[in-house]
Amino acid sequence: MAIDFKQVDFTYQPGTPFATQALTDINVTIPDGSYTALIGHTGSGKSTLLQHLNALLKPTAGTVTIGDRVITPETSNKDLKALRRHVGIVFQFPESQLFEETVEKDIAFGPQNFGVSEADALKTAAEMLDLVGLDRDLLQRSPFDLSGGQMRRVAIAGVLAMAPQVLVLDEPTAGLDPQGRLDMMEMFANLRYERHLTVVLVTHQMDDVANYADNVIVMDHGKVVKTGTPQDIFKDPDWLVAHHLGLPKTTAFAQQLMARGIQFDQMPLTEDQLAQALVQQLPVQQLGGATDDE
Amino acid sequence: MMNKLIFGRFIPGDSVIHHMDPRAKLLLSFYFIGIIFIANNWPTYVLLFVFTLLAIKLSGVKWSFFINGVKPLIWLILFTVILQVLFSASGGHVYFHWGIITISQLGLINGVYIFCRFVLIIFMSTLLTLTTPPLELSDAIEYILMPLKVVHFPVYEVALMLSIALRFVPTLMDETEKIMNAQRARGVDFGEGNIFQQMRAVVPLLIPLFVSSFNRAEDLATAMEARGYQGGEGRSKFRILKWQARDTWATLAFAVLTAALIFLRA
Amino acid sequence: MSQIINVEHLNYRYPQQSESELTLHDVSFSVTAGEWVAIVGHNGSGKSTLAKNLNGLLAPVSGKITVDGQVLTEDTVWDIRRKIGMVFQNPDNQFVGATVADDVAFSLENQGVPRDEMLKRVADALAQVNMSAFATREPARLSGGQKQRVALAGMIAARPKILILDESTSMLDPEGRADVLATIRQMKADSDLTVLSITHDIDEAASANRVLVVNDGELVEEGTPAEIFQHGPALIKMGLDMPYPERLKAALKRQGVTVPATYLTEKGMADWLWQLISNK
Repeated sequence: MAIDFKQVDFTYQPGTPFATQALTDINVTIPDGSYTALIGHTGSGKSTLLQHLNALLKPTAGTVTIGDRVITPETSNKDLKALRRHVGIVFQFPESQLFEETVEKDIAFGPQNFGVSEADALKTAAEMLDLVGLDRDLLQRSPFDLSGGQMRRVAIAGVLAMAPQVLVLDEPTAGLDPQGRLDMMEMFANLRYERHLTVVLVTHQMDDVANYADNVIVMDHGKVVKTGTPQDIFKDPDWLVAHHLGLPKTTAFAQQLMARGIQFDQMPLTEDQLAQALVQQLPVQQLGGATDDE
Repeated sequence: MMNKLIFGRFIPGDSVIHHMDPRAKLLLSFYFIGIIFIANNWPTYVLLFVFTLLAIKLSGVKWSFFINGVKPLIWLILFTVILQVLFSASGGHVYFHWGIITISQLGLINGVYIFCRFVLIIFMSTLLTLTTPPLELSDAIEYILMPLKVVHFPVYEVALMLSIALRFVPTLMDETEKIMNAQRARGVDFGEGNIFQQMRAVVPLLIPLFVSSFNRAEDLATAMEARGYQGGEGRSKFRILKWQARDTWATLAFAVLTAALIFLRA
Repeated sequence: MSQIINVEHLNYRYPQQSESELTLHDVSFSVTAGEWVAIVGHNGSGKSTLAKNLNGLLAPVSGKITVDGQVLTEDTVWDIRRKIGMVFQNPDNQFVGATVADDVAFSLENQGVPRDEMLKRVADALAQVNMSAFATREPARLSGGQKQRVALAGMIAARPKILILDESTSMLDPEGRADVLATIRQMKADSDLTVLSITHDIDEAASANRVLVVNDGELVEEGTPAEIFQHGPALIKMGLDMPYPERLKAALKRQGVTVPATYLTEKGMADWLWQLISNK
């Protein structure tokens, strides 16, 4: 399911003394089936844009087209619910949305709001737990007895249970330890293929953008300032720094190598790309595969 | 969401009123509410309005804030006024009479007076909150409660509680909005359906809010203890309040107002 | 050099745990005055629990903790808390003051520091963390990184001998994280502060003189950052990010390249590659 923004403006509290414009003239498309990364420094308008993806906010000017639904400033609030089933949002620290007595009931909460019967929803809950890599033994436990990482997975299962076509992730790995972060990102990559999802990832981690995304939207001061593949975005390091954004670790390291005189046909973004590029330039005797002095 | 509320919001500014001692502002606002009841005829009400509007003018805050302050309460005010008009003691010319309902000249005049009282009280308290940061108000309350230390009332603790509560209001409002959004994204309709459905919709909001508030409270208590907080005794104060000439002048202005009201009342 | 922290056979269990369980099991270590020690471990390994035992926020089941010559007991706990400044993970939940300056002053108020001196120390501390312009701001208008710098200013004003950072940068964006880390490095350079940082962040761990690895409530390893970083991909299991040179080494190995076993810094790695390629 594609999401398309045309000349979208958004102003908080319009017509009051506290009015602030958060989005200006947004024209951007999130293609169906893409893994789109939304990046920009804190306060660039990312979270406001994110809330337009399932019409939690309506534009104050312009149109947002979500699948075949067109949202304009005049759209009534009444029948937006159906839409929200198709675009699932995992907010930052999603574990804070848990509230039911058991894990099972919490996961089943979303589908039931969309008219799924209790029996079907509970059955889905068990399947979702498998999907996020948790044991079914947890179904009858209170979500508040789980570890932080487990709670987050339960919250994600609660969003997946609505069977959305688009999955929006707002900094899903914030506060996790390195192993947890790695597992979480791999889980989303797998889910994308298994469930044929369009994924939108809001992140500050440029390595995740380089490793997982195929489309990037860069925001600054409430505007979209660049869109393209990760390759397009990261080929100009100075531009990124000017917009308070970092580089993937590999690209930053490749820059050090380039400063010494090593050349690359294409800017490497991941360590595997860099390793492949280096292998072609390294002397043959180095290609033994072992570790020195071991 | 909550941003629509004008009452209780502080508008930064540089006026004489902004710079007044919050104790003076708080006490004089209460005093003003008291002396409104001295007024009982047109000249006294006009005087009160002139005085209030002058104070608003001095503060430099836009008129629209005060009008907006009245708006949310307008139905309550009108309801009270109508009750007053219909059921209060009658006198003067009677325009309408049916059972216990009487609309009389005196009743109508009384209704208008009550309306004026409401508006004056709202204007003055809005002026207080618009020109005084909540923190200064809590300082003022601490000073005013100070005599209660004699009866072992924990004044410092209450003041700290108040200032922490104020400091966490924006944090909890953000949190509320965040959880609301998360639950709306899961298909909850807030503010729709019948009263029963609406009450049910609040559960997925309230429970997470409680859980997170308890977690915050625990973290905060730990942080305070780590930073050496052992209760109010033996602490020194970083923020102090200063009574200045302008506060004395303001007090005098209220004294003159009182004298004038007593002189003009019927 | 003198020992400023000494922990001997520390055991800790939370009140809700059963008799057979321990969150910390027989932990012993010491820290030299002026040292920067990083404590790493995956979430739930017990590293934050360890930190909270050091200034008596949690009371151990058994074991002995000595801080700056004083044994931690109920009688000395407030003295010891004055010697240890602690910055926690969540920037919002440790901001006590209603404004920036108020928050910085909080520890000083608790110590009963006279107001004249307080004003001076608060102003100096805010200047040091580059937040003077924000003195009268409310916390709601600050970014996470700014709030953590205010927390650090609170520490500077209170002048503790030891600074404990309990995942202080983990909820910040990269810019905020870099700012906070730079501020800590500056604080360390300005005084003979002892720093204990609990972290997953490789840049923070690399700043330390020594790294302690905690796993399932036990101290499993200690060494210089270079020694610990040699573990390569196993670091992730220890709760630490992989340093970039180790990531690249792993990728090169997958391509069949022979790589050095010792830890290389980024510069060392770049030198090594350049030498191989330029001498070809």
